[in-house]
Parts: sequence; C-alpha cells; structure tokens
Amino acid sequence: MSELHDKVLSSLQNQFPDAVNHSGDERDFPVFHIQKKDLMAVLAHLKNEMGFTFLTTMCGIHFPDQGDQEFALMYQLHALQSNERIRLKCFMPKSNLEVPTCTTLFATANWMEREAYDFYGFKFTGHPDLRRILNMDEMNYHPLRKEYALEDAGRDDKEDKYFGR
Amino acid sequence: MSKEIDPIQANVEKDYTTLNLGPTHPATHGIFQNVLTMDGEIIVKAVPTIGYIHRAFEKLAERRPYGQITPITDRLNYCSSPINNMGWHMTVEKLIQCEIPKRAEYMRVIIMELARIADHIVCDTVIAVDTGAMTGFLYLFQWREKIYEIYEEICGARLTTNIGRIGGMEREFSDLAWKRIHAFLEEFPAALREFDKLVTRNRIFMDRTVNCGPITGERALEYGFTGPNLRAAGVDYDVRVMNPYSSYQDFDFKIPVGTQGDTFDRYMVRMQEMWESLSIIRQAVDKMPKGEIHAEVPEFYLPEKQDVYSKMEALIYHFKIVMGETEVPTGEVYHSVEGGNGELGYYLISDGGRTPFRLHFRRPCYIYYQAYSEMIEGGMLSDAILTMSSMNVIAGELDA
Amino acid sequence: METTVNIHPDHQPEGHEGAGFFATTLDKAVGLARANSLWPLPFATSCCGIEFMATMASTYDLARFGSERLSFSPRQADLLMVMGTISKKMAPVLRQVYEQMAEPKWVLSMGACASSGGIFDTYSVLQGIDRVIPVDVYIPGCPPRPEQVLDGILKIQELAKSEGIKRRLTPEYKAKLAAYGLE
Repeated sequence: MSELHDKVLSSLQNQFPDAVNHSGDERDFPVFHIQKKDLMAVLAHLKNEMGFTFLTTMCGIHFPDQGDQEFALMYQLHALQSNERIRLKCFMPKSNLEVPTCTTLFATANWMEREAYDFYGFKFTGHPDLRRILNMDEMNYHPLRKEYALEDAGRDDKEDKYFGR
Repeated sequence: MSKEIDPIQANVEKDYTTLNLGPTHPATHGIFQNVLTMDGEIIVKAVPTIGYIHRAFEKLAERRPYGQITPITDRLNYCSSPINNMGWHMTVEKLIQCEIPKRAEYMRVIIMELARIADHIVCDTVIAVDTGAMTGFLYLFQWREKIYEIYEEICGARLTTNIGRIGGMEREFSDLAWKRIHAFLEEFPAALREFDKLVTRNRIFMDRTVNCGPITGERALEYGFTGPNLRAAGVDYDVRVMNPYSSYQDFDFKIPVGTQGDTFDRYMVRMQEMWESLSIIRQAVDKMPKGEIHAEVPEFYLPEKQDVYSKMEALIYHFKIVMGETEVPTGEVYHSVEGGNGELGYYLISDGGRTPFRLHFRRPCYIYYQAYSEMIEGGMLSDAILTMSSMNVIAGELDA
Repeated sequence: METTVNIHPDHQPEGHEGAGFFATTLDKAVGLARANSLWPLPFATSCCGIEFMATMASTYDLARFGSERLSFSPRQADLLMVMGTISKKMAPVLRQVYEQMAEPKWVLSMGACASSGGIFDTYSVLQGIDRVIPVDVYIPGCPPRPEQVLDGILKIQELAKSEGIKRRLTPEYKAKLAAYGLE
C-alpha cells in the first residue's frame, strides 16, 4: 500500500469510523470504497481538510452481476498543491440510486452529475438542474446501462447480415 | 406632495428579450445552443444546451477491442487528434504495464507538440476571425497544412490520424517526414511572428479582447478548468509537468500563464505555448535517441507483415490481435495527457474481456464549457462570441 | 471590332456563336450562372468541418470555384453542405434549415457520418441525413480530403448546370419532396 493510501485511510477512519468499506491501490491510484451515507461528509472532509480541492472527473459505472452493488459512482480528486490523486467509489443497488449532490462542494460536478443521470439514471438529490444533458429529453431509458444495446433498438435501416450482427 | 422620482433609482420594470443563439449559428463554431435573456445588448442570463453531436463514444468503446478504440479517440478533439491517440495508447500501456523505448517516446513527443501547435492555430486564428481579422486565418492555415503534410507522411491521414500503436509507433519517420519536420521548424517561426505582429498588438484586437469574458483562478479551479484556459487565469497546472508522461521530464520548457483569465490572456497563453512547443520539438529532434520504436508486446503490437507469412508465432499473434482475442489484464487505470484544451483523461476498467468494461473520457471541453454561461453573463453579446472562440470548445470533445 | 463571349471554353454551353453574339437556351444560360456562383451554407458539426475550413482556406481555396461566399443564413443559400455527424437531437434542426432554404437548392453530404452514420452506429446518431432530407451528392471519407470536397462541389455544379429551370416544378421532384414529408 502506498504512503498516500495510508495517510488518507487513517484520516478517514479517524473521522468517519465506518465510512470506508474497502480500500487499496489500483496501479498508481489509491482507491477507497465509501458508504453512501458518508459520501458527502467524506468529500467535504477531503476537500476542506486534506487539500483535495480539484474534482478531476466523476462518472457512473454499471456492474450488472454485482447484486446490491450494481451501480457505482467514481469520483477522482486531485490535491493540486501536493500533487496527490485519489479515487473514491460509492456502490449502490439498482433499487436506490439516490445520491446527494456534490455541486455544493465542486461547481464542476454540475454537468458531470447530469451526465451520470443521463447515462445511468442516478438521482442526485439537491442538484440544481437535473435534466438529461447529452441525449434528447424524450429518451426513455439510460443508454449506458449494460442491458441496452449500443445500436438504436427501433431501427431497421441496416441489415444485420451486412454488419456482422 | 408627490415625491420626486429619481430617474436612475426608479423601479422601472425591465423588458427583457429572449434570443436564441445556435445551434447552427455561424459564430458559434459548431453546434452549441444558448438561450439568452437580453437586456438590450447585455446578456442577463444564458442557458446552454449541448449534446447536438452526442455520438456515444463511451458506449461504443465498450464494444470495441483495444486497438480499435484509437480511431474513436481521433474524433474527440479533432483539432489535435494525435494527442488523443497517444493518450489512449499510454492508458493501455499502463494497464498492460509495458515500458516503451525512449525513441518511441520522443517520436510521440514530436507528434504531440505538432498537434498542439495545430490546435492552437485553429483557436488563435478563429479568435482573430471573430474580431474581424480574416487575414491571419488565411496566413496561418497554410502552416496547419504543413503539419498535416507531416502527419500524412507519418501515418497517411490528415485529420483523423490514428498515429501510433499500443506499445510504440507503427513505423519510423521516413526521410521525407524528417525533412518536413526540419523545414517546419525552420520556417514556421517567421510565419508565427508575422501573425503575432499582425494581430496581437492591433488596437481593434486588444480593444475587443482585453477584459472580455474573464474568469478568476479560483472560480476556474472550482469549475475544473485545465489547460490553456486555466493557465490564462493564472494557475500553472500542466499535466506535462505535474505528472510527466512520455519523457516530458527530459525537456526544458516554460508554462506560460496569464493574469486576468480573459480572452486576450487565453489568446496569449496559446501563442506562447506554440513557441514552447516549437522548442520542445527542436529539443526532441536534437536529442532523438537511437533504438527500437516499439516495446516487446507481441499480444498488442502487430508483427511485421513479412513475418506473418513466414513465422508461426507471428501468424498467431496477428490472428489474435486482428480477431480481438488478446488476453488483457484486469484492473482499472486512469491516465491523463495534456491535450490541446487541457487534461484529457482516460479512465479504463478492464474485466479481462476483449473490450473495455467501461471507458470514461475526461473531456476538458465538457468540463469547462459549463462555466461559459457564468463568464458571458453581464457582458455584451459580441463578447460572448469571442469568449466562446477563445475557450476553444470543440464539439466532438464536448459531446463525446 | 469583333468581341468574343467571355466564357471559358470549358464552361461554354452548346449554342450558336457568331460575330458579337452567342445564342443558347435559357436553361443553359441560367444553369451556367447558377453553377458558378453557388452560395454554400456550411452546416458543420464536427471533424469534417475542420477539413472544410482547410478547403476554404488558402491552400485549397474554394473561392476558385465561385463558392467563396459562405452564406450562413439558410434563406440566401443555394447549397447546404452537411459536414459531420448529425445526431438525432440535431436532425430536426437540419430539416428546419433545409426547409428554410429557397429553391433552387442542393444538398451535399460530406463524410461517412453525414452519409450513413459512419462508424457511429449508435443510439444517438442519425444513420445518414438522407433519412430526413434529400441529398444530391455524397462525398465518402472520414473525413474526405479537401480535393474530394472540391470534387463534390464540381459535381453539384454539374447538376446545377444540367438541371434546367423547370425541374423544380415537375411532379417527379414534388413526389421526391413529398416522400420526405416536405413540400
């Protein structure tokens, strides 16, 4: 385990004893799996106390085979002054995709959360403007979930035999 | 006795007009829609809509073998596609833990810096066009063609390059390519200087751009700005320096920063970066090490065609790569490069299958374009156009 | 003094020539005028738009073909150049732009995406603009080289020359538009 991992983990465990489900290093990134109820508090702590002020990116992930950990949100934080980067993950079941918004902490999370909503259907509670961002408003499913095909299901213009499907 | 009415303080109900800008407006360089609430010429509120060329890159990437994702990355920021290609190769190299030879890394640096110049040429000349200086555009675009000619000699394509392979470069630069690179290094500075003289200190240009669409460093960081736009606001964050990749630590270059974060600063930062890129290319050409151009990763790097016909092993690897049957280690990696517009990141989860399980692109345009409405509110409509062109929002990268 | 008709021999339509006059049909004279002053509306959405910029800029110089006057207003354009991916979200906009153009109008579909969806066989991309508007000339390539774009413009010019002034009033043409739900 890297030094950064241990530092962040001990700080998080001090502050939030049962917030971290699992942690480890993935290549050059320390990764922490955070309980959903503590997510916002952890993000605020990391931002305000530990210098992780820059939200590099966040995205949703769908693991169709993981039971009650089917959906995950990934947050990637960067402490620009010490050049340290960490990744947080928060798993949740399909039945409950409500997550508190982190737009209050990071202004940049606004569109990232809209994208996660558009692609996977996460409901960010408290988000100022949770609408679809890339797809049409009329779309009635969340296309990046694994059960949906890449191609538009309703179309008939390309014959399968020519396209190897 | 009636109270005297102060004409300035009077509570006059303002009559706002709604103006639809885009998505096919010529001055929006692509397809961005903003519904503006206008008070005369002043923008009171802007509501952006994006997604007009959403092409589902992330879903598409889940259906393609690793080698076939490179062409998708071409189409992210198509003004500097080689940088995207290299970023993707490096991500996969990080996943399969392969070290590539110095020579290949230096070759990559040359191509990436050429691409950065090509990207900045588009942005800076377009700022000039939007202030009314078409001439600069016509002058510098000839030099962009020269860069295209170099790409063409290296990989055969002009715009969507697909340069490089996972594990190195696909071939040595030919003599003609070297000749063109040398010629470019020799001749481009004069052209850039000419453009600089023509535009930078021009009175009209300065009047239009100084203090147009400014953003402070703090606000820019909150909005996740990276790249030239962040540096124009005075924050010296550059991935090439912060987390060097592809041997960038071997080169000596400066990070230009601005102070105001306005259109003029964004323009100037890009101008200076072109000079720095030229210097990096020169250093890379001078220090170019000898040796192999690819790592020994036969599962990913296509063998020589000659060997495919004569050697059993090469044939097997060829088949495996082409049919997408290569075994890939599981795990997740994030790798970022300094793209033309900022930190271009690839977050890749591999479950060992022939395609990525999940590939998320950290697209700098997408992230910083959300600050656009805040930057133009309170300004004039004509400044909004300039702000957009100086942010260099590329539709392909924005909408993925 | 004998004057000659100032038309390049390659462009000169069939007709009768004599001292001080040149006689041809009205169709051909109008076609000639239309073909050599096409005002394109660049509907550039993505990568192909950058190649179009290259076509327009100094090296390839679209102005040589009488098309340097880009008309960003659909109402004054003759040629709709669709360059780049058209997503389903964009399709209604494209159609509206086409409807706003005055006759005669031609449509040039540049690149694989506009012509067929290209590599983006996905839920959000329209699989070819000919699903919403009629197209006259397709340019293949991803993206096409500027030479190809010039070739496409020349093809459009051929169409404009040979079309005749009454074609747009014919029942065939109206039926074609009706197939797209246009009038």
